[in-house]
Amino acid sequence: MEVLLSSIQLNKCIGELADQLSKRHTDIKDIIFVGIQQGGVVVADEIIGLLKKIYSSGKVQYGQLDITFYRDDIRKEILKPDTMNLPFAIENKTVILIDDVLFTGRTIKAALDVLLDYGRPAKVELCVLIDRKEHRQFPIQADYVGKAIKTKKEDKVKLVKDSEGKKQVVLITQ
Amino acid sequence: MQLSTRHLLGIKNLTKEDITLILSTAEQFKEVLQRPVKKVPSLRDVTIVNLFYENSTRTRFSFELAEKRLSADTINFAASSSSAAKGETLLDTVNNILSMKVDMVVMRHSASGAPHFLAQHIPAAIINAGDGINEHPTQALLDAFSIKEKTGYIEGRKVAIIGDIMHSRVAQSNIYLLKKMGAEVTVCGPPTLIPKYIREALNVNVNYNLKETLEWCDVANVLRIQLERQNQVLFSSLREYSLAYGISKILLDSLQKEIVIMHPGPINRGVELDSDVADSKQSIILQQVENGVAVRMAVLYLLSPQTR
Repeated sequence: MEVLLSSIQLNKCIGELADQLSKRHTDIKDIIFVGIQQGGVVVADEIIGLLKKIYSSGKVQYGQLDITFYRDDIRKEILKPDTMNLPFAIENKTVILIDDVLFTGRTIKAALDVLLDYGRPAKVELCVLIDRKEHRQFPIQADYVGKAIKTKKEDKVKLVKDSEGKKQVVLITQ
Repeated sequence: MQLSTRHLLGIKNLTKEDITLILSTAEQFKEVLQRPVKKVPSLRDVTIVNLFYENSTRTRFSFELAEKRLSADTINFAASSSSAAKGETLLDTVNNILSMKVDMVVMRHSASGAPHFLAQHIPAAIINAGDGINEHPTQALLDAFSIKEKTGYIEGRKVAIIGDIMHSRVAQSNIYLLKKMGAEVTVCGPPTLIPKYIREALNVNVNYNLKETLEWCDVANVLRIQLERQNQVLFSSLREYSLAYGISKILLDSLQKEIVIMHPGPINRGVELDSDVADSKQSIILQQVENGVAVRMAVLYLLSPQTR
């Protein structure tokens, strides 16, 4: 197991992502942030915490999205769904999806399917903490990337807690 | 996390973990039903037959809607308009249907144990939609879901089941489920409609007095008198039954606390429930029907076939 981002590096990375997001979107009236269950929500919670300070005057709209019912490998394993919480009309809004690791792109494809069942957003952007670019199986790329890393396909990249309970990103090789 | 069973034949053979999993999954499906597009693609490669050997409105529509909301392909079978009327056996009918590549069977039958028999002989997943006087598991699950939604929890809740306990598969499934989840159960009705050894067999309280039972409970699940299953006279008249065991608004308002009124339908208005009780603020009868779709979606989703 190799530490890719220590908790200090992780915080810095999340700070940079919040910075990029706020620079590109100065007005957040028509922006909806959506964390993808489960890892994406952990990252999104942190980013939203920072954005609330940056956009002190405006209300940050933040929801959580679960893709369990839309997975394309549903016949391989029936999984327990997570909470879905999108109490906004996304019609004609800009939705920014936030996930922890962008790997094959299948999760994002499923997340887009979920989103379109809620309405027709004007635009969807993607923000990820870790990008494992060389393993994409769909033509999907992120607009905001915390850190791009080179991995083997069978490796696993996870957001975990260290012995002191601080979050860190690790690479687990087979 | 998966269910401990391949079929849903009854609550009797589910674990507490199974019930918790079904109820929590149903909560997510209830959210799906509030969306602009009330449909998910989870079962788009699954075909389901609804095999109804006995009349049904709510349960059949509820299952059919649940299947459609999951994107499954469905076919409907009603015994009265099929070859069963020409003398075909249950097993032959089902094997013929399955040979057309059907993955799941939702079945209602007037014979207790019919779905259990089928489960031993066919490879498809079977969901019991009511078998004789045995069980009606999805009704008990949606009742539990509704109790939890309305009152916050099931464990420790005092639930009264009132009416024709003897002929009710809803009562039996409800008792199994509520006891497994740690609720207290009292059955109430005329002695002729309550099985003699139910206290010992199912660990429930028995009270023949309606007023006392209502004073005790938090939730009253009121059942219909099943005249179609009674082949002997067990009470003198519906009017007399109604006088002793019908719930009127005056009775409801005379209680010390506000209890929740449930009914699995169809209601015989003026017999077990007066109209102003059935339509009162305390009644969650229509919420039960709404929750039925979400609960059945959860059951179908969790039992859908894996790795083909």
